[in-house]
Amino acid sequence: MADNLVQVRDLVKHFPLTQGVVLRRQVGAVHAVDGLSFDVRRGETLGIVGETGCGKSTTARLLLRLIDATSGTINFDGEDITTARGTHLKRLRREMQMIFQDPYSSLNPRQTVGTIIAEPFAIHGLNAGKGERKRAVQELMDQVGLNVEHYNRYPHEFSGGQRQRIGVARATALRPKLIIADEPVSALDVSIQAQILTLLRALQRDLGLTIVFIAHDLSVVRHMCDRIAVMYLGKVVELASSDELYHHARHPYTGALLSAVPVPAPPASGRRRREILYGDVPSPTNPPPACRFHTRCPRAVKGRCDVDEPPLGLKPGGGLAACHFPLEDSDAPAARSARA
Amino acid sequence: MSSATTSAPLLQVQDLRVHFATEDGVVKAVDGISYDLERGQVLGIVGESGSGKSVSSLTIMGLSRAQNARISGSAIFDGRDMLTLDAEQLRSVRGNEIAMIFQDPLSSLHPFYRVGAQLVEAIQAHRDVPKGEATDRALELLALVGIPDPKSRLAAYPHEFSGGMRQRAMIAMALANEPQLLIADEPTTALDVTVQAQILELIGRLKDQLGMAVIIITHDLGIVAETADNIAVMYGGRIVERGSTQRIFAAPEHPYTWGLLGSIPRLDSPPGTDLVPIAGRPPSLINLPDGCAFHPRCPYVLPRHRKVTPELVAVADGSGHAVACLLAHETRVRVWRELRSGALPEDAREVVVTEAQDG
Repeated sequence: MADNLVQVRDLVKHFPLTQGVVLRRQVGAVHAVDGLSFDVRRGETLGIVGETGCGKSTTARLLLRLIDATSGTINFDGEDITTARGTHLKRLRREMQMIFQDPYSSLNPRQTVGTIIAEPFAIHGLNAGKGERKRAVQELMDQVGLNVEHYNRYPHEFSGGQRQRIGVARATALRPKLIIADEPVSALDVSIQAQILTLLRALQRDLGLTIVFIAHDLSVVRHMCDRIAVMYLGKVVELASSDELYHHARHPYTGALLSAVPVPAPPASGRRRREILYGDVPSPTNPPPACRFHTRCPRAVKGRCDVDEPPLGLKPGGGLAACHFPLEDSDAPAARSARA
Repeated sequence: MSSATTSAPLLQVQDLRVHFATEDGVVKAVDGISYDLERGQVLGIVGESGSGKSVSSLTIMGLSRAQNARISGSAIFDGRDMLTLDAEQLRSVRGNEIAMIFQDPLSSLHPFYRVGAQLVEAIQAHRDVPKGEATDRALELLALVGIPDPKSRLAAYPHEFSGGMRQRAMIAMALANEPQLLIADEPTTALDVTVQAQILELIGRLKDQLGMAVIIITHDLGIVAETADNIAVMYGGRIVERGSTQRIFAAPEHPYTWGLLGSIPRLDSPPGTDLVPIAGRPPSLINLPDGCAFHPRCPYVLPRHRKVTPELVAVADGSGHAVACLLAHETRVRVWRELRSGALPEDAREVVVTEAQDG
């Protein structure tokens, strides 16, 4: 399909766990990503949310081909890139770039900002003339709101927010088709976070970027994304448009996540009624059988949810969800939006 | 803060200043803050990195007494000034009458000792009880904070706990001696949102059960909205706005508070809503701007704000709402009304400029 930039089908990544020094034998595997299928449409921002250990960062690394998939396929711009190597891979890297979470460790402290942002040009042999390259870099700096006179400064001379701008400039340097942003604002203060989110939205509008936006913060993801995939223990449990997800959540896990987010408006009378999820996320080494959420799910039915895995399917009045007993609008926590 | 009681507040902080002399200059981490905390109340202290929100509470606990620290003012807790207690007196208060929990529960627990042993130590530090009795109490505490199968968990090491369970264990330890005041410094920042909801619910429930006061320090306005009775917003080492939670969210009066509210994406706002970020970044505490510390980032700045430092002044309606801003109360109310009806700061500035010309 032409309007899908990325197509992911049945993607699996297991990290082997080994024991023994001389005779290493595999004793198990971390099921980081376990049968993932989704599309990224051209020009959209797709959000991936989930808690620690749900496999969202592994998904990012798989898409960028930083690690190899155990099985499944990734299609990018019409070609299968699951096993791309060498020059093919290098060509691909031009088309997809990453923005990292930590603006402190993702910039080389010994290089000037000019060198850092020009690095993609150097690698791919673009804008080879010295003056030409400097001009291109300064144009990028201006675009992300950095002072172009700071071209020769080092990363330590910048604040966290400015460093993240440097990361954004570097990622957009080659005009990639796809940008993957892994928790790009979670290390920043609230007022700075808003600046970077506003910048990313403006760049997307101006450059027509396609973004995969990974975060744990549902409010940030809802603000940024057209569609959202909710992950739990290596699987997508719900995939819907940003609005559908908020107003018509169908998976009980999504419902619990939405109700857990503190809303910056005090409840009118007493404490807010919220659905609290008990227990912790189970270990991905030994995930629960069938529906992985059944151990914490308030709606789980014994003999069904722990035996029969629900497929990701279209649910009435909502988006795609993998659940036998999906939520209905009457029990969605969105009722609270009426309050504010 | 809001209700006048006959007895003195549990904690009364007066003009607290904490300055650190460094090679680069004097860091004014906390620069004259005052607040009262009543028994059984929850105070939320909100601010960004470097606003002084953590240092102010560490100082109350006597934990910022470094060689280069200059501390002045007073912090009267239950009749004693915490700033003048000696090391031994402090030890008898800490973990006993005032307890503290921190952001990272893994580095607050000792990795070599079993959780049970650490709890027993916390109990025996303040109470002369035999080990068996202390162990029973530890068991009771773990059950109180909702750790499943507490008996076997007593023998576990911290690394065998998940993040949420470690924070529960820290809370159990903090509650060991039934403190009157619990200081929670970013207690849920390192946790996932579903676990955060569990911990916040736990703190709220324990507060009701044990009647203790809580100071919750956080950068997250959502957390204070849901847990605090009163809020203090800090910026550049000072409190810039203070009031009841309802009031701060319904009728905030400081431009920084407006900026914070405009900066956070909200789950319940319609899609396509633009954020209104605050320009610039927080000031260096070594080189605070002259006049109002917020003036370089404030959209409503007038020439005089660059020279005069605003004091925290109560709004004259007896609500306990106090604001450190040089704009007139009426002007602030009008600007907020404009902002709330969707005006951008540039447009709302008109109100300020017109009134400045009239007045």
